Amino acid sequence: MAEQWLKPYGDTLDDGRVQLSFTLPVALDEQAREAARQLAAMMGLDEAAVVHAEDMGQGFSFYIVYGQCRHRVDLAAIKVSRPDYARLDKDGVDRLISEKMGRKMVVVGACIESDAHTVGIDAIMNMKGYNGHKGLESYHQMRAINLGAQVDSEDLVVRAIEEKADVILVSQVVTQKNIHLDNLTRLADLLEAEGLRERVILIVGGPRISHELAKELGYDAGFGSKTYAEDVASFAIHEWIKRTARQKGVHHVGN
Amino acid sequence: MTRLHLDQRQIDRARESARRIAGAVRAQMEPYTTTSVERATLRLLGVDGVDENGVPLPNRLVEHLQAEDLLAHGAAPVVIGAMLEQQSTVQQVAEAVAAGTLRLRRPANAPLVRAACDEEAGKRCAQIAAQRAAREAVIASFGEVRTPWLYVIVATGNIHEDVKQARAAAEQGADIIAVIRSTGQSLLDYVPYGATTEGFGGTYATQENFRLMRAALDETADRVGRYIRLTNYCSGLCMPEIAAMGAIERLDMMLNDSMYGIIFRDINLQRTFIDQFFSRMVNAFAGIIINTGEDNYLTTADACEAAHTVLASQLINEQFACLSGLTPEQMGLGHAFEIDPEMTNGFLWEVAQAQLVRQVFPAASLKYMPPTRHMTGNIFRGHLQDALFNVVSALTQQNIHLLGMMTEAIHTPLIQDRFLAVQNARYVFNTLRDLHAEVEFKRGGQIERRAQAVLDETGHLLARIEEIGLPAAIGQGVFADIARRPDDGRGLDGVLAKADDYFNPFPRLMLPGGH
Repeated sequence: MAEQWLKPYGDTLDDGRVQLSFTLPVALDEQAREAARQLAAMMGLDEAAVVHAEDMGQGFSFYIVYGQCRHRVDLAAIKVSRPDYARLDKDGVDRLISEKMGRKMVVVGACIESDAHTVGIDAIMNMKGYNGHKGLESYHQMRAINLGAQVDSEDLVVRAIEEKADVILVSQVVTQKNIHLDNLTRLADLLEAEGLRERVILIVGGPRISHELAKELGYDAGFGSKTYAEDVASFAIHEWIKRTARQKGVHHVGN
Repeated sequence: MTRLHLDQRQIDRARESARRIAGAVRAQMEPYTTTSVERATLRLLGVDGVDENGVPLPNRLVEHLQAEDLLAHGAAPVVIGAMLEQQSTVQQVAEAVAAGTLRLRRPANAPLVRAACDEEAGKRCAQIAAQRAAREAVIASFGEVRTPWLYVIVATGNIHEDVKQARAAAEQGADIIAVIRSTGQSLLDYVPYGATTEGFGGTYATQENFRLMRAALDETADRVGRYIRLTNYCSGLCMPEIAAMGAIERLDMMLNDSMYGIIFRDINLQRTFIDQFFSRMVNAFAGIIINTGEDNYLTTADACEAAHTVLASQLINEQFACLSGLTPEQMGLGHAFEIDPEMTNGFLWEVAQAQLVRQVFPAASLKYMPPTRHMTGNIFRGHLQDALFNVVSALTQQNIHLLGMMTEAIHTPLIQDRFLAVQNARYVFNTLRDLHAEVEFKRGGQIERRAQAVLDETGHLLARIEEIGLPAAIGQGVFADIARRPDDGRGLDGVLAKADDYFNPFPRLMLPGGH
């Protein structure tokens, strides 16, 4: 495939112009300012210029830097993994569930552990949904149970067992020192330990979640921002159909 | 003064409804106490510390009183009775019970014991009153800062790091420092002890952490030339105990909502209503400004559609606060700038709501909360949303202004996020300082009509709540679209009926005009 080299654009193709801002844990003086410039240069910026520097008190200083990025990437060589599904609308999902499952699909969702931000899980699950896209609660062929914020992974697993969940949906919105990765890993480990991992479709969503990251953490799919209920629902039913077919296959061989 | 023309009789009627709603709940809860109220009473009397397993002595004592079937008489007379008998201190009584060397029983001479309770409690109240006077003296010496006060959050998990960040924030211009609690502390049925360095998403509220931050902020106040107010969370299962600790350590503000725990933490309704009454009484006496949590409704319900539930809840919170002796200036009634930024004229509706709340509660220390729900990874737009929020706050003269962070939707604030947020607010407050006195709302204009419509709906909602009672209304999910039933939720096992001779010395000493 033809190479397609890419770098940031300011006002001329390939000028590489970028801005960044950061704090240094020293008071502002000429030395600190030069340190900020050198750091930017080491980050790959040519002609790095500190356009603003300010003392913040308590031995901290703040910098805004512009520069020209030296690096470039080949767009043609980049592969991004996405959850594999055909996107259906709400009625389409409902129809497919009733046709293939012959019962309601059970989805248990929560913001787990330290996360108190229910914006994401509510947008996907609650009746009202988000931006005119109705949530999973409004799907006739789904039983959507939103456990809300700060749910212990253990409690989520217990509830999933009680409800015979087909799908577990977790949301991680705000993170501190990447605690969301620990939270997500813990949940996946717990499901594994309970022998449930194969039985449930495990999905994670959040602004800093990519499908690739989700797969790495042992999830079936990851959804970032600009995801609506129908994305999650479409993936879930397609994944369910795929798995069921696979299990049936195994069953026949066993016979 | 810029004012909306609103129907004052309608406001009065809504407030009357709220008064009867709160009064009915109070009457229903009056025959009960809770384990946390009794533990708070013990803390106020001077019980502190933990046993060899790290269990707080107030918990050990109250568990002992429960086991001996004595708690319904009130912890104070039983423990003070033992103190008289042993000729010791309350702390020594607590230690002896924890060590298993003392078994408590009903005191023999009730009038004598009650008099001793009053005397001990009186001494402790004098200490709290002295803290209150000390605060007032320092504020008077520096002069009170101009409102809106800048309210900044620190949340590192480590109290020593919090101290550093709080000092930096104060130097940058913060007037109020709130130390966010560790995730889940609201559901602990005890208060952790000592200085703590590990927390998740926040730092444990402990008496020692309170003391460390207070000392640091007092020192910073001398340097920056203004009093820095300290805030913590008087909520969750230990609401009354946190109030006691805050009163002793001279905190200045407490998040202390009458219904938040029920709705958002699934804490039992009865437990919460009993605990909030006692905790607010302590806050009132200590001169602490409470902050209510109506802003949270708009994180689950739509800010436009649910605007009237915010005002209705504020009116109810106000009346509960009155019952506990809080003055209007001590009522930091909460609301928020949460309308979808994509909505045409959304800013007008924000102004309408903020001005409506300002006029309904003219003397309250209103707490205005920044956008959270519609903040995104686009920090540039976020900074602008925060600027518009700052404009509303200045224009409608809010009092307690929680700084909006452009990285709200990304992570807990980095140091530069806070720095830029302070600059944003100071810029807007300074450049718009007198705007509120220079412009008037158009008579019958869109803003006025919107405010009047919210007021109408509030009146209807309160009338409906009054008819069915607040617990039933909460059961129907009136607030935040979340429903809770009276016998559900955590902490119901800590609610117990008072015996006929139940005694607690503090209400008489702390409530204006006695119990």
